[in-house]
Amino acid sequence: MSTQLWAVNDSKISSTEFPPVLSEFEFFIDQTQQLPADNVHPYELVTTLFSDYSYKSRFVYVPHGKKGIYQEDWVFDFPLGSALIKTFYYPIDERNLELGSKLLETRVLLHKETGWEAVSYAWNEEQTEAFIKIAGKTINTSWVNHKGIKREVRYRVPNKNQCKECHSTNDVISPIGPKARNLDKDLNYGDGSKNQLAYLLQKGVIDSIPTNFQTISDWEDESQSLEDRSRAYLAINCGHCHTPSGVANSTGLYLDFNEVRPLHLGINKSPVATGRGSGNLNYSIVPGKAHESILLFRMISTDPGVMMPESGRSLVHVEASNLIEEWINSMDN
Amino acid sequence: MQRLILPFVLFFSFICDAQIVSISNGPNVQEKVQEALILAKPGDTIRLQEGFYSFSDGLSLDVDNVKVIGAGMDKTVLSFANQQSGAQGLLVTSSKVILKDFAIEDAKGDALKVIGADGIYMINLRTEWTGGPKSTNGAYGLYPVESKDVLIDGCVAIGASDAGIYVGQSENIIVRNSRAHYNVAGIEIENSYYADVYDNVASHNTGGILVFDLPDLPQQGGHHVRVFRNQAVDNNTDNFAPEGNIVGEVPRGTGIIIQANSDVEVFDNDISGNGTVNLSIVTYGAETEDENYYPHPKSIQVHGNRFGNGGFDPDIDKAVASILFELSEGNMPDIFWDGVLPLTQMIFGQPDEEKLILADNGDASFLAIRPIKYMLSLPGITSTDIETYNGPIRPLAPVVMDIPQGI
Repeated sequence: MSTQLWAVNDSKISSTEFPPVLSEFEFFIDQTQQLPADNVHPYELVTTLFSDYSYKSRFVYVPHGKKGIYQEDWVFDFPLGSALIKTFYYPIDERNLELGSKLLETRVLLHKETGWEAVSYAWNEEQTEAFIKIAGKTINTSWVNHKGIKREVRYRVPNKNQCKECHSTNDVISPIGPKARNLDKDLNYGDGSKNQLAYLLQKGVIDSIPTNFQTISDWEDESQSLEDRSRAYLAINCGHCHTPSGVANSTGLYLDFNEVRPLHLGINKSPVATGRGSGNLNYSIVPGKAHESILLFRMISTDPGVMMPESGRSLVHVEASNLIEEWINSMDN
Repeated sequence: MQRLILPFVLFFSFICDAQIVSISNGPNVQEKVQEALILAKPGDTIRLQEGFYSFSDGLSLDVDNVKVIGAGMDKTVLSFANQQSGAQGLLVTSSKVILKDFAIEDAKGDALKVIGADGIYMINLRTEWTGGPKSTNGAYGLYPVESKDVLIDGCVAIGASDAGIYVGQSENIIVRNSRAHYNVAGIEIENSYYADVYDNVASHNTGGILVFDLPDLPQQGGHHVRVFRNQAVDNNTDNFAPEGNIVGEVPRGTGIIIQANSDVEVFDNDISGNGTVNLSIVTYGAETEDENYYPHPKSIQVHGNRFGNGGFDPDIDKAVASILFELSEGNMPDIFWDGVLPLTQMIFGQPDEEKLILADNGDASFLAIRPIKYMLSLPGITSTDIETYNGPIRPLAPVVMDIPQGI
C-alpha cells in the first residue's frame, strides 16, 4: 500500500448529510489555491457550459482501487464514493491572470448509496472557506475582461433543486460533463502535456480508453466547421435538458449531440408552450435567417421569462451567439 | 390489548414524523422559503402565513408528498414582480404535492409549472398578472405538464398571455370549480388523456375552453375529454398572444374549440356571448410530417348545451373566422365544423363511431364546410342542417382519481 500525502475524507462523501463547509471533504491540500489532494485529478472539457463568463476548475475523485467504467455515448460510470468537484471563479483581470482571482462557489456531485447528489458551497469574502448553500445565493461581483472592460454580474449560485434540473436524466441525477468525447483533449499536468483519457487511465480513474466514440468539437476552434462547432455548443449548453430523456423533453426540441432529425433540431419547428419566449417569431430555426429564429432570440435575451438556458446565465454569451447566428445564416433556406 | 394499542401508536408516530413549518413574511424571504421547500421531508406541511411576499428569483419544490398551504388566495400573495432570475414563479418536480390557498402574481415566465408529477393537487390558488391582459405577461398560469392525476379545484387564473389553466401532455385530469379570465385561452387541455373539465367559468378570454392536440411531441393523440356544466361566456378579449404560439390563431370571441383529439364530449354547458363563434370543431391546420399524428377531430359529441347569442362581432383578422364569415355570409353559427377529414372519408364517409354527434342543443345554429365542394367550387359548399348530425349519445366514463383526504 502506498502512503498517501493527503487523503480525501470518504465518509463525508458517503454520509447522508452534507458537511457545512467544503474543507471537511479534504479534497484539497490548499483549498484557496485549489491544489488538489493526491487522488483528486484535474480535468478540462473540450466544450464547456457557459456560466456568465466564469472560469472553472474541475476535479474528479474515485476511491482507491475503484475505476470509472466507460459507457458508450454517456458519462463514465464513476463508482460509489466518487466525487466531481467544480470551482467557479473570475480572474481579477483576464489580461493578467497573475493578479489572482475571486472564488465564487464550488459545486460537488457525490455518488452516494442513494445515487448522485449535487450541492454547492459558496466562498466567503476572505476566500478561506466555502459554505453550503442549499437555497442558492446571489453574488454581485465584477471582473475585468480580456478587452479591459469591467463587467458587473449578478452571479447566481444554484440551489439544490436547480442542480437537479440540469443534471436530471429520466428524473435521476447524473453527471453531465465527463463523457469520453468531451474529455478527449490534452492537458498540461505541470510535468508536460498529456491526453486526458490516457492520463486518467494511467492514474486508475477510468477503466479503458474507448475507441468507438467521436470527439466533440471545440466550439471556439475556428479550424472546425460552423456546423460542428455550433452543434457542440448547443449540445453542451442545451442538450442536457433538450433531449428525449431530459427535463425539457415536452418541448420536442432536442439539441443533444446525437439528434439528427431536422424538425427536432428546431428547423422550421413551431414553438409549443413558449409564450413570450417566441419573441413574435414562428420557428426555432429559420434556415438562412438567424434573426427570425427563436433559438437565437432566446440566447441573446437576459429577460428571465424569455432567456435560455433558464438558469445559470444572466449575461449574453456574445461570442457563442455570434457563432449560432453565423451558423443559422449559413443554412440553405 | 396490543391489538388496540397498535393503530394508536402508528397514528401517533405518523403525526410526530410530519412537521409543520410555518413561514411568515420578512427579510431574506427568498432564502427562507426556498430553503424550506428544499429541506421539507415527505409528509411535511409548509404554511405560508398571510402576507405579500416579494421574490427576486423563482422558487422550486422537488420533495414528494409535501403540502404548501397559504392563508387564502387573496391573503398569501407570492409576488414575482421583481423577479430577476428563474423562468417560473414556482416550479414543482415532485409527486403527491398539495398546493393550496395562495396566489402567484406577476411571474416573468409561467406562474406555476409542474413537471412530471404523479399526483398534483392545486386547490384554491390564484395566478394573475396584475396589469391586465398584455403580451408581456407570462405564458401560463397553472401549468402541469407530463403529469398524472392532476387536480385543479377552486382556482382562479387571470391575464396569461397563453393559457390561464393549461394541462399539457398529461393523463387523468380534473379541472373544476375554477375561473379563468382575461387570458388568451381560459382553460386549455393539450395532448392529454382522460380529462374532466366541469363547473368552471371561462369568461373575458380570447377563447374560453380549448381542447387541442399538436404533432411532434412525446405525448400526442389527445383523447377522452369531457367538458360539462361550464360557462364559456363573453370571451371577447383581443388576442394578445405573442406571435408564433398556436393560441395566437384563436379568434377573439370564441367560446370552445375542439382541435384534433378523439372522444370529446361537450355537454350541459352555457356557451354564449362569444363574438366570433360559440363552439368550433377544427382540424390541426399547419403542415406536419409526423406520421404518428392524427390531425382531425373524431368521435366528438356535443349535446344538451345551452347556446346563447354569439357571432355578433367576428374577429375576421383571423383566418378561420374570415373563412367562416364569408361562407356564412355574415351569419356566424353557434357551432362550426370545418369538415376536414382524410380524403377517403371526405369522399366515402366516416365510420359511424367517429361521426360528429350534435344533439339536444336547443335552437343552436350550425355550419359545416364540405371541403371537396369548396375546393372544386361546386354548389353546396356548406351544410347548416344540424338535424343530420343527431344521433345516440355514448357517454364517456368519468375520470376516477384518488384525491388525498382532507384537502
